[in-house]
Amino acid sequence: MSGGSNILNELAERMANATPHSEALGFRFISVSPGRGSIAVGWREDLVGDPDTQVIAGGVVTSLLDHTCGLAMAAAAADQPFSTATLDLRIDYMRPAAPRVGVTAEAHCYKLTRTIGFVRAEAWDVERSDLIATAQAAFVLNRPRT
Amino acid sequence: MSSPGDQLQAFLERTPYVRFLGLRAELSGDVLTAVLAFSPHLVGNTFIPALHGGVIGAFLEMTALAQLFIVQPPGPRPKTIDVTIEYLKPGRAQTSYARAQVRKIGRRIANVHVDAWQDDPNQPFAALRGHFLLSTDELS
Repeated sequence: MSGGSNILNELAERMANATPHSEALGFRFISVSPGRGSIAVGWREDLVGDPDTQVIAGGVVTSLLDHTCGLAMAAAAADQPFSTATLDLRIDYMRPAAPRVGVTAEAHCYKLTRTIGFVRAEAWDVERSDLIATAQAAFVLNRPRT
Repeated sequence: MSSPGDQLQAFLERTPYVRFLGLRAELSGDVLTAVLAFSPHLVGNTFIPALHGGVIGAFLEMTALAQLFIVQPPGPRPKTIDVTIEYLKPGRAQTSYARAQVRKIGRRIANVHVDAWQDDPNQPFAALRGHFLLSTDELS
């Protein structure tokens, strides 16, 4: 579809930076393609969740996974006008991130119906093959009434 | 030795991310209420405006961990195994409250439910259920 990648790029820009919270956390857009999105967050002293270990807070990983799932949702239906709301988000924590290291997440919207999007995501610190967390989310699509 | 409440306050005060969120805890006996004051940097949707879904999840998870801190004898910090966050309605631009219920606490694993509300405790806007690992030495 012509213009599709422009729509995706605009979307990515908007999703990675435009909300006050993602900006406050310093989210960095990595990539977007149909149904997929990737975002990273760097380690920062004020985002530490355990002062004894200097590991980034689990809450930051939660925000990153939620946000990346939202990007994948938007990228799955980039040509359709709609807004989304998260219904639920399940996160499994495999292990804490390494001390003083940031986190990258990638999400995939693997099924989109007229009203619901189903998304999976993974987060890692150093190597993608050694995950720190996985997520599963369901989003509801609010389409404009016609 | 200081009370669990004092230890919790001390822990919260020296955790950078807790300050970043603006989270505090009020303890009355064993009942802990976590309080998250609204701040513009917590917004995830500027149209409504509404709290970021990740902020809500983090707030609920911190509440569960803080409650375990209160009910558990001093030891290693509990670690989150898994959480499911249910979003019932948008978190508006106002103060949020959360309270946790420890549904089951075993030797190694605890199951905790948390509800968060803004105006009415009986009308939660988000909820969490999760499992937490209490003793790391056995499983590591």
